[in-house]
Amino acid sequence: MIAFRELHKAFGPKQVLRGVSIEVQDGETLVIVGGSGTGKSVALKHVVGLLEPDAGEVEVDGQVVSRLRRKELTELRAHIGYVFQFAALFDSMTIFDNVAFGLRRRRMGEAEIRTRVAEALGLVDLPGAEQQMPAELSGGMRKRVGLARAIALRPKYLLYDEPTTGLDPVTAAVIDELMVRTREALGVTSIVITHDMRSAYTVGDRIAMLYEGRIRQEGTVAEIQQTTDPLVRQFIEGRPSPRGTEAAAPPGSDEEVAVKESQR
Amino acid sequence: MLAAVGRGSVGLVEEIGRLGHFLADTLRAVPDLRTWGRQLFPMMRRIGVDSLPIALFISAFTGIVLALLASYTFTGAVPLYLVGTLVGKTTMMELGPVLTGLALAGRVGANIAAELGTMRVTEQVDALETLAYDPHAYLVLPRVIAGTLMFPVVVAFAMAMGIFMGWVAATTLLPITTAEFLRGLRLFYVPFDIQFGLIKAASFGFVITLIGCHLGLGTRGGAEGVGSATTRTVVYSAEMILVLDAYWALTLLRPA
Repeated sequence: MIAFRELHKAFGPKQVLRGVSIEVQDGETLVIVGGSGTGKSVALKHVVGLLEPDAGEVEVDGQVVSRLRRKELTELRAHIGYVFQFAALFDSMTIFDNVAFGLRRRRMGEAEIRTRVAEALGLVDLPGAEQQMPAELSGGMRKRVGLARAIALRPKYLLYDEPTTGLDPVTAAVIDELMVRTREALGVTSIVITHDMRSAYTVGDRIAMLYEGRIRQEGTVAEIQQTTDPLVRQFIEGRPSPRGTEAAAPPGSDEEVAVKESQR
Repeated sequence: MLAAVGRGSVGLVEEIGRLGHFLADTLRAVPDLRTWGRQLFPMMRRIGVDSLPIALFISAFTGIVLALLASYTFTGAVPLYLVGTLVGKTTMMELGPVLTGLALAGRVGANIAAELGTMRVTEQVDALETLAYDPHAYLVLPRVIAGTLMFPVVVAFAMAMGIFMGWVAATTLLPITTAEFLRGLRLFYVPFDIQFGLIKAASFGFVITLIGCHLGLGTRGGAEGVGSATTRTVVYSAEMILVLDAYWALTLLRPA
């Protein structure tokens, strides 16, 4: 289980997370949605210790990530696969070496590494791409290799940071299908960060909306689709914020202040 | 103005503190030999062997200029065989290591900062960490060790080239024979001359690679951040070379 407890994080004067609290149960896929710059990726990076919280904590399997020693953190990371927004492939390595990179850390034999890489690339529909370089691949293919690199480790948890951002609708649907298939094949617990609601409905068991550094609402896909919260409705329906709807924003919130300022 | 000086001083102390913290993290990665050991030889080739052409080019012209400058200064006052002395001493103890160091601050330091900075902003460094690699073991240690080991090798070749071209210039352009040049070269030579130059070269290699790694991995933002890290690496490395040059002279050359 992954649990965010009152997670706070600021970068300089900008307070990004203001008390995020939510739990992800084993085997489920939680999708965290929210507008750009609301701190979704920041929250996700705390799970693997890429960022340290200013206050609060993230717990993975009962271990508080920010209190782990370097060696313990390394061991924890071995159970977590992370799929980056722009794939973050090592551009000086072939696709094979990219996917094999994490496996080599585990002192596996070369034959087993080859088998695992072939399996992972097969699962993301890229068999035979081993000798290509990342620069030769399209954006969608790079994301699939990023997913292959994560699942080759057979992780217990998979974290996806904006897996469909910047892709055409067909490729985005392929990635969604891959995420569902990966979950079925490996039984992993997943957190998906996205602002693509179609993707959220396809892959998520539960959806949580992050707004102004806190979880505004969480629920099953059906619950979110039927929500009466005006801010959540506005987001999931993709409507621009009309003038005079500042009442939807909580009193004193940044958004309310910004709307009032703009109307002066 | 006092406030500006104060802010600058605090900033400098903070930067030195961050570099010290970075160095401590790097030293903690030393036991992870399996990770950095594999990267070491490719890095030694990239940092050392690939830097030879620029180092030899610079030292060749330096040797020629030194011979002519010595002749210009000594003619009519000092025996010309001392041209060999000046070319040898200056190349081995000062210009060989310092000019090579300054050139490699641009070639090696900027290359490291740009490479690691790009890896940082494209999340490749984060990817390394999530795949259970320590960036200090995988990226920093091989570069710093390779720089410390290979700079003296490059400088040794640069010294040899500088003296050789000084001899060529002296014997072809000046009224000096090979025997006279060699006499001057041997006159005040002690093995410490070369050791002094190589110690300096090792320290330059260490700081240039450490600063490149530190600023590269600390890159924020996109292309602008990478550009800034690269520029600062070259500037700070050049400054550190001159500071270290003075430090080694003060500690190793001062009369007892």
